Amino acid sequence: MYDISKYEDAHTVEEAIALLQANPRAVVISGGSDVLIKIREGKLPAAELVSIRGIEELKEIKLEGDETVAIGAAATFTQLTRHPLISRRLPLLTEAAGLVGGPQIRNMGTIGGNVCNGATSADCAAPLFAFNARLRIQGPEGIRTVAIQDFYQGPGKVALGHGDILTAILIAREDYSGFSGCYIKYAMRNAMDIATLGCAAAVRLRDSRVEELRLAFSVAAPTPVRCPQTEELAKGRTVDGILLADIGRAAVSEVQPRDSWRASREFRLHLAEELSKQAVAEACRRAGHESDRESDEEGDGEGGAEK
Amino acid sequence: MSVGKSIPRVDGLVKVTGKAQYVDDIFEKDMLYAKVFRSAIANGWVKSIDTAAARALPGVAAVVTYEDVPEHSFATAGHPYNLDPARRDVADRRLLNRRVRLYGDEIAAVVAVDEFTAEKALSLISVEYEEYPPVLTAEDALREGAAEIHKGTKNIIASTNYRLGDVEEAFARSDYVFEDSYSTSTVQHCAMENHTAYAYIDNNGKIAVVTSTQIPHIARRIVGEALGIPWGRVRVIKPYVGGGFGSKQDAVVEPLAAFLTTRVQGRPVRLQLTREETFIASRVRHAISFTFRTGVSKEGALIARRGKAVSLNGGYASHGHSIAANGGNKYRQIYDQQAIQYEALTVYTNMPSAGAMRGYGIPQMTFALECHMEDVAREIGMDPIEFRLKNIVRQGWVDPLTGIRVNTSGLAECMAKGKELIQWDAKKKELENQTGPKRRGLGMANFVYASGTHPIGLEIAGARIIMNEDGSVQVQVGATEIGQGSDTVFCQMAAETIGLPTDRVFIVTEQDTDVSPVDLGSYASRQTYVTGMAVKKAAEEIKAKTLDYARFMTDIPVGAMDIADGWIVYRHDGERIMTVAEVALNSWYNPAAAAPITADVTHNARVNALAFGCTFVEVEVDLPLGKVEVREIYNIHDSGKVMNPKLAAGQVRGGVSMGLGYALYEQMLFDPKTGKPLNANLLDYKLMTAMDTPEIGVEFIEPFEPSAPYGNKALGEPPAITPAPAIRNAILAATGVKFNQLPMTPQRLVEKFKAAGLIRKNPKDF
Repeated sequence: MYDISKYEDAHTVEEAIALLQANPRAVVISGGSDVLIKIREGKLPAAELVSIRGIEELKEIKLEGDETVAIGAAATFTQLTRHPLISRRLPLLTEAAGLVGGPQIRNMGTIGGNVCNGATSADCAAPLFAFNARLRIQGPEGIRTVAIQDFYQGPGKVALGHGDILTAILIAREDYSGFSGCYIKYAMRNAMDIATLGCAAAVRLRDSRVEELRLAFSVAAPTPVRCPQTEELAKGRTVDGILLADIGRAAVSEVQPRDSWRASREFRLHLAEELSKQAVAEACRRAGHESDRESDEEGDGEGGAEK
Repeated sequence: MSVGKSIPRVDGLVKVTGKAQYVDDIFEKDMLYAKVFRSAIANGWVKSIDTAAARALPGVAAVVTYEDVPEHSFATAGHPYNLDPARRDVADRRLLNRRVRLYGDEIAAVVAVDEFTAEKALSLISVEYEEYPPVLTAEDALREGAAEIHKGTKNIIASTNYRLGDVEEAFARSDYVFEDSYSTSTVQHCAMENHTAYAYIDNNGKIAVVTSTQIPHIARRIVGEALGIPWGRVRVIKPYVGGGFGSKQDAVVEPLAAFLTTRVQGRPVRLQLTREETFIASRVRHAISFTFRTGVSKEGALIARRGKAVSLNGGYASHGHSIAANGGNKYRQIYDQQAIQYEALTVYTNMPSAGAMRGYGIPQMTFALECHMEDVAREIGMDPIEFRLKNIVRQGWVDPLTGIRVNTSGLAECMAKGKELIQWDAKKKELENQTGPKRRGLGMANFVYASGTHPIGLEIAGARIIMNEDGSVQVQVGATEIGQGSDTVFCQMAAETIGLPTDRVFIVTEQDTDVSPVDLGSYASRQTYVTGMAVKKAAEEIKAKTLDYARFMTDIPVGAMDIADGWIVYRHDGERIMTVAEVALNSWYNPAAAAPITADVTHNARVNALAFGCTFVEVEVDLPLGKVEVREIYNIHDSGKVMNPKLAAGQVRGGVSMGLGYALYEQMLFDPKTGKPLNANLLDYKLMTAMDTPEIGVEFIEPFEPSAPYGNKALGEPPAITPAPAIRNAILAATGVKFNQLPMTPQRLVEKFKAAGLIRKNPKDF
């Protein structure tokens, strides 16, 4: 049963902000795939909801003048997986969005909700971290832009005040152009699951050397994280097994997974090492890098684990 | 011929179109909704309870607590009543309880105008507990001075022991003796439809319970016992059911729903469990630990065997010790040896109550046994298939304890078929000396199962057939269709035996204990074997009466006639005489002789037939990621003659899927400090999705079982038994690592692979 005491539909962002300002108890609902679960679990008694489902501009996925990809916060995962602009420019995000829940969840759930929920396990978070995504937030004071790493403040905590609406997720050209990526969602099931660990790698190669590496994890810390030291050590290096091993080792030192009944810290650390190697290897392969010893069955990193 | 053909399910169309009504689809005027107030501790008792605020909430019709329910306790297991009091199930449960025995135990209940108000009222109830440390393991339960979950039990529900032959002498005579331990996990049935029922007082003043049950007649008796009223004052109605798998071979929601309607003047009260409640407050599969000791000769003949089982039952007995004891029976009925002993112990714990679940103790026992057989074969350097073949029981074998005779066994053929399907010999060679992070392996495991519970349990089944004016018939059974396809198969049987096309045979799918023939229900893979014989007998009676009436109409001797495809025909050449419809019409309306053709029989099956089979599987193990991919899996069954190949294959695929979950994914977890369930929902409890399920190969070996109505044997439960040990043995073949504990989760795999040095630390290559 859903204990909902009030439900208001906003048709514009301004209206949504006004409705929120008028009601300190109001909670934003978009796809509902997180909010409805909280209500069912009794975590939002007598919930008062402001729906932004009817705001058309929030569903838009478009290219802005400087070739920044702007993804409306209310774009659903299904929309993302099918949008040619995303699959051409941000295939890493297409890959991650296609691994969220199951078809029904992907039809309901939105990328904005995925981020605003503040969960470290959000499937889109690691790719967005890798893309240096910036979040456009509109509030009573106007519009501001926040880097995604500053947006996540802790488990379930994001830099969003009451009355603020995330309107778009922005990815600048220099953050995607020339990159190849790979997202590995490691979960117990191939669908309808949350990640035990998620790993996104984006790499730009020049002459078989790493020009730039971006490595990000979900569920490896209280919030999604990047691995700056690992990225640094990869710079300029030739792509080979030694580099992958170094990346795996370094990545482990940059994550802080928790010990829980779902998975031990030790197991998650092990996965961080394995997945970072595999994700980087696959990203390099997608960037056109071919191993000299591809046929060697001793080789690690036979593609992503979870498709 | 109708039996043996893949006719479409008789309930297929109404189910896929959504027309079929399940309990929650049925609404009554003035219906009220009940919610249960559950304990937030696993072990202790309620010092005080305050329900005043809940009672005062507008819309609340009744609030009842442990103080309001009958004092006496009752048993919930879905077994037939036993005239011998010593052989009845353990009566250890009251409708509501002050003593808390598991997290989520039922303390109070609220009845309100809607579910929402009922839930709100629950939040207004306050209790004060005295809490004890939770008992979650056998060691805790059996520790000297451990708090008793049920007074006077020392936390032991029962223990049994059988010995055949001189076990010590046989071990002494064995060339080799091996011993190992294996353990299984607590899992839940996860039927698509949760436990749900509603109850009201009908026009006869009876308490009617409409419920999702496998056992309408038994549930009626349990409700009568629980409320302390004559059993005939209770009526149980079973509409379409969305799966049971044993959890509904138990009275879970019916007694309380029945009681609650008496507190609101007989208004209908719906008691519907959520998925979360179904996990903790219905039934689960017993987690059982085994130690098996086996003596063999140099030639690989089993000489002596000793099995020990310790079974965790949860807070209430439900099916209790029957599960571990059943394991002991099949332990003995699959391989032969000179001496054997089996000891089993079942203990109470502060966990969800374990009851019946598909396989009834055999998936647990067979996991342990088939792992152990594999290990022994490897130890003595014998091919594991040859080792098993050398020792399986064969046709003519008689079980010394039950007297069950193996009339037919296709086990050896099943094994041969499995070998062929998976290309065992060729692949074995191909898979030698693997290196690298991904490794493949082959495994197999055998099972035995029974068709019903005879001679341990009573096996009665009723069938009634009525012929309409047009020569079509209605079949009524007390046996329950719960998704497995029994209604379809009963129609095929009636059509086959009477001589009608299947589209002239209709079945009443609903059971109403005021109306339906008496049957025990859907469990023990019994219905095609036991109820099938009742249907056959009723159909034979219909056929005999039809032919006799045709003789009256034609003066042709009965012996000269037969019925085929809806026609009365000459037996010797099949020439058509008249339609069955003509006979039927006359039997209804002939002014002098009218006597519509009907039959109403009860069959008491005092026989049993062992069903056999095996799983063959090829896995690929990803060592660093701890993932197991099932590349190929085949279940090969000797279930005697197959009644409907398509439905049978569906049954096998469903069972194998359940077995795969048991092997690799599923386990209920509890906080060791509080006993609180950690993953009582379908996100955290890893029931496989379609995306995790491989193609499942199905084959049947079909000997004709003479004790059965149509040559058939058990099929419902067997498919779930062997996937887990077969996969374990395949992982062993792939990696050399033994996993003796279920489930074989990625974390467990990685931990053991690391310990075995299989995961390389510093790969040099890209």
